[in-house]
Amino acid sequence: MTGAATTADPSAEDVAIRLDHLTKTYPGASRPAVDGLDLTIPRGELVALVGPSGCGKTTTLKMINRLIEPTGGTVWVGGVDIRTQPTHELRRGIGYVIQQAGLFPHRTVGDNIATVPKLLGWDRGRTKARVEELADLLRLDRGLLGRYPAALSGGQQQRVGVARALAADPPVLLMDEPYSAVDPIVRSQLQEELLTLQREVHKTIVFVTHDIDEAIKLANRIAILNVGGILEQVDSPAEMLRAPRNDFVADFLGDDRGIKRLSLMTVGDASLSKGPVVDESASADDARATMAELGYDWVAVCDGADRLRGWVGAAELDGTASIGELTPKPFLSVVTADTTLKAALDGIVTSRTRVAMAVDDDGRYLGMLTVDDLAEGVTA
Amino acid sequence: MPEILRQLWDYLSSDAAWSGNRGLPALTWAHVKLSVLAVMVAAAIAIPPAVLLGHIRRGGLLAVSVVNIGRAIPTFAIIALLLPFSIRYGFGLGFWPTLVALVLLAIPPIFTNTYTGIRDTPPDALEAARGMGMRAGELMRKVEVPVAWPLIITGLRVSAVQVVATATLGALVGYRNLGTPIITGFAQSSQRGPLLAAAIAVILLALLTDAAFAWAERRLAPWRRPAGRRADVAVTAPEAAAAVT
Amino acid sequence: MSHLGGALAAEPFIRWDWVRDHTDDIRSNFWEHVQLTVLAVGIGFVIALAMALVAVRWRALYGPLAAFCAALYSVPSVALFALLLPFVGLGTQNALIALVTYTLLILLRNIVAGLDGVPPEVREAADGMGYERWRRVVRVDLPLATPAIVAGLRIATVTTIGLVTVTALVGEGGFGRFINEGLSRQFPTEIVLGSVLSVALAIACDVLFVLAERLLVPWARATVPMEVGRPGRMTFGRWSRRGSTVNA
Repeated sequence: MTGAATTADPSAEDVAIRLDHLTKTYPGASRPAVDGLDLTIPRGELVALVGPSGCGKTTTLKMINRLIEPTGGTVWVGGVDIRTQPTHELRRGIGYVIQQAGLFPHRTVGDNIATVPKLLGWDRGRTKARVEELADLLRLDRGLLGRYPAALSGGQQQRVGVARALAADPPVLLMDEPYSAVDPIVRSQLQEELLTLQREVHKTIVFVTHDIDEAIKLANRIAILNVGGILEQVDSPAEMLRAPRNDFVADFLGDDRGIKRLSLMTVGDASLSKGPVVDESASADDARATMAELGYDWVAVCDGADRLRGWVGAAELDGTASIGELTPKPFLSVVTADTTLKAALDGIVTSRTRVAMAVDDDGRYLGMLTVDDLAEGVTA
Repeated sequence: MPEILRQLWDYLSSDAAWSGNRGLPALTWAHVKLSVLAVMVAAAIAIPPAVLLGHIRRGGLLAVSVVNIGRAIPTFAIIALLLPFSIRYGFGLGFWPTLVALVLLAIPPIFTNTYTGIRDTPPDALEAARGMGMRAGELMRKVEVPVAWPLIITGLRVSAVQVVATATLGALVGYRNLGTPIITGFAQSSQRGPLLAAAIAVILLALLTDAAFAWAERRLAPWRRPAGRRADVAVTAPEAAAAVT
Repeated sequence: MSHLGGALAAEPFIRWDWVRDHTDDIRSNFWEHVQLTVLAVGIGFVIALAMALVAVRWRALYGPLAAFCAALYSVPSVALFALLLPFVGLGTQNALIALVTYTLLILLRNIVAGLDGVPPEVREAADGMGYERWRRVVRVDLPLATPAIVAGLRIATVTTIGLVTVTALVGEGGFGRFINEGLSRQFPTEIVLGSVLSVALAIACDVLFVLAERLLVPWARATVPMEVGRPGRMTFGRWSRRGSTVNA
């Protein structure tokens, strides 16, 4: 922020981008594509712009780096009105990732990544170091740096696209449906990698997607736009799922909102129940007593160190005196504190016991998770 | 410059320009006769094999090479080369070497365009036709050739314009046509009048030929051709028109 | 010309001793031929490039520009020489102007086709990263248009080599001089020599350009843009045989 010659916005402290009554009307159109949008994007956050087609999310994104010129309103990036800067300078300070990657076919991967540093006049040594650093960061084999983009897979090309956008270390990253053109497995990988990356570099990212699940997975904050660029709601994914502001948002989130919320919470967030557990040295009578007390027809068996070994059913207890004589069946659904509640639900629903057993990192029994526990967590 | 225009005017207002076998009409007629004959012969030679090869979808390499080689060989050289042979074997001057050279010149665009047109028949049309029980001969006659017709016409058009333009060189080997006054006029500065007149006549003839075929193309292909094809076509209209002349 | 018959019937097709005696002429005609070709294609390329850049920037102009070049192209060369007579007389200028004119159409079309063939997402990415328009054209668009441009140069060069022979009629000619003199002197050897040499030169240049096409495009796989005027099939066939280092 130079301050002197440019128009500075005083409230720019922790806001990286501010859209101020942003409008775009195309010539000859009866209605604006984006109508007076007000939105702030805090520094270091990934904000997802989501909405149905025609909602202007891509148009809005492209107005931030002036690939599309606004017809009204102002865009502040880093506290500076973007119109006060030469366009190419603005863009060299903003990373831009698009769906088809748009890698330069006539340059090697390494040269592609080095594009903006070279435009900015970095010396060769610094550029080379940076390119290698990014290759490592984006999990690209360094051997690929000398190849041409045509030789890379779709997923690798997308990673190069991201590396290229990050090369000059811009504070802001614009991503326009970057993962929509790759297959689901690769998409999932790339999403995970983005999350990991973001934890390390803390960029301000504006992420356009039509996939609400992707937004929920990746974003710190979701901005749902309706046709015409009307902002319906801006909130964290959890908040939005818990309390959609209107029917449009609720419909867009889908009719499985509750389950989507479960994917945002982990076992650690829920309260566990006491389960029917006995030590392996217990007698069959002790086991039956525990079952009767809690109302189950099976017991979980732990060893001397409290590690969960499995379960035995009531029928197997007939004719035995001690648990130690039986071989417990392993639980199908064992969860740890990090497991999402959605995964836990899946385990519960598919298991014979209809519960999920929570253990710590050493396998020691922590508690039992039932569907009721899950419901409580969601409705809290 | 005005001197030449005066010569032109004098020439055009004289009898010599319009009558006798050195007059413009006679020269034009000789020019047209030869050109038409050359294109017809070339078509007769080039179209049948092109249709066959296009139908069985082989010989693409040949189609490409024919055009490349055709482009590399200056017609001036061909006409000149044929002369000694023509004389040696009793065919004389003028007509025969020129005709042979023009036919050779006309073959590549006709061949390649016909081949490409037949080869690029939309596969669904072919499948439907086969499904209806058509055999090879019928297929070619009723489906492939009609569909390829516009492209064939384009090939004929390119050839025709090229031939009309190159026929002027026939004057060098003794065939009297519109090229004759031009060639003579280069050598003799007093003959610049006929030179300009003949030059303008040839240009008009070439443009007329091009326009006539363009009209034929439009008449025969009222439906739009697929956009991508245009760039793929071996030889498009003016492109080879003056490949040497 | 009607007296050509007699002498030609008696001559052998080629007299090697004459050829050996005139190696100097062969050399000087060779250089003249090469010079005319290089000059014509070079000047034509500069003009066509300028027109192409204009046509790509202001789309509406492409139609008229292309039509103009096409009209010039359909003028028979001999007639064009004749038309230029009143203005530049005979000689090098006449020849050069005509030769340049005939390169314009194919070069313009191919350069524009090449520039059009740049994938839009590559352009968008370049713009988004902060390339000014002119820099993007020079560093991204034109390099990616290279295959089409080289193809155009190839066609233009080979065509020009053929046309140079005809410039013998206006006092130039390169190898065409041999042909022309052979015709007026009724001397088959010269005709054969001139013809064979110009064909050889044209084919040699064609081959050189084919090599150049391959050298200049190290990044190619199947993404070669359409070349106007050449059957697309051949091109794809050649490229797809090379490095199929497909998706890892």
